[in-house]
Amino acid sequence: MIYLLLFWEFFQIGLFAVGGGLVTVPFLFDLSEKYTWFTSQELTDMIAISQSTPGPVGINMATFAGFKAAGILGSLVATLSEVLPSMIVVYFIAEMLSKWRENKYVTQTLEAIRPAVLALILFAGWDIAKETITGYENTAVLFILLTAMRLYKTSAIFYIIISAIIGIALKI
Amino acid sequence: MTGLWKLYALFFKMGIFTFGGGYAMLPILKGEAVEKQKWITEEELLNYYSIGQCTPGIIAVNAASFIGYKLRGISGLIAATLGVISPSLTVIIMVAALLGQYMDNQYVQWAFGGIRISVIALIISTVIDMWKKNIKDVRGYIIFAVAAILLWYFNMSAVTIVIIAAACGFIPDLRSKKQ
Repeated sequence: MIYLLLFWEFFQIGLFAVGGGLVTVPFLFDLSEKYTWFTSQELTDMIAISQSTPGPVGINMATFAGFKAAGILGSLVATLSEVLPSMIVVYFIAEMLSKWRENKYVTQTLEAIRPAVLALILFAGWDIAKETITGYENTAVLFILLTAMRLYKTSAIFYIIISAIIGIALKI
Repeated sequence: MTGLWKLYALFFKMGIFTFGGGYAMLPILKGEAVEKQKWITEEELLNYYSIGQCTPGIIAVNAASFIGYKLRGISGLIAATLGVISPSLTVIIMVAALLGQYMDNQYVQWAFGGIRISVIALIISTVIDMWKKNIKDVRGYIIFAVAAILLWYFNMSAVTIVIIAAACGFIPDLRSKKQ
């Protein structure tokens, strides 16, 4: 029964991939070796597409892999199974957090982690920049966008739409 | 009180404008959940990201689950999570069905060239915004600097960095004078 198998495999990925969407990649490569659902070459394409389609990349990859394995129902099963463990874990942590909100050690620990997470976030930006910011044109666009963002605090969504238009306009 | 349907719809909207990993979603969460809806504070949002670093699952989903749970308990958690994964389900199924045509379309490629630049700018801008409230004292600067060095020069994993930073929270001598 392929749906049960999909549930089991993706539930495990959701449980053991700690640290975000791209951490699931090695697990997906394991699947490509273990089953005939998709080849590793197909998986490479799926990862690339998942990064340039709407939606968090980890979810996109799970949906894609599930679709390749067993169509629309497969994509539903894979995605829901992958998010189930984190939903359960978040539920328990959120419960504990609200109970221990006043606890000195909890607030102290979270306060200490936040600066490190800012560094992690900046590093994620750097990772994208390494491949994207090549040449004067893109550098100029980056600075213009950044300046605009600092001056006009419009929503992130607005800038994403604008930049898609800029991307097309620059090439036409 | 925020309705479940509204929660679902707003997370659907945030999901559809997320291009890339959970970090690409941070500026959107900050704009929508913190500033516009005032569901959570900036600090809470970063807490969710901190916890998401060392718990199972996709960070964007973890953040959505946390926010949903805070607002409406378990049903909120489920509504927000379903909201954030729904765009992927619809878009990817469509793309998978028409595979090739989407990626080969040059307008799509060009648009993504632009979007990627704005994702970088948004990440930088969000870090600047969040800097003040989250890096308040010398200890904060040190943790940020050490984390940055470990990332850039030693390629250390996010989980390790978070654990090291957490341990720093227990060093009493470095606590700020405000305490």
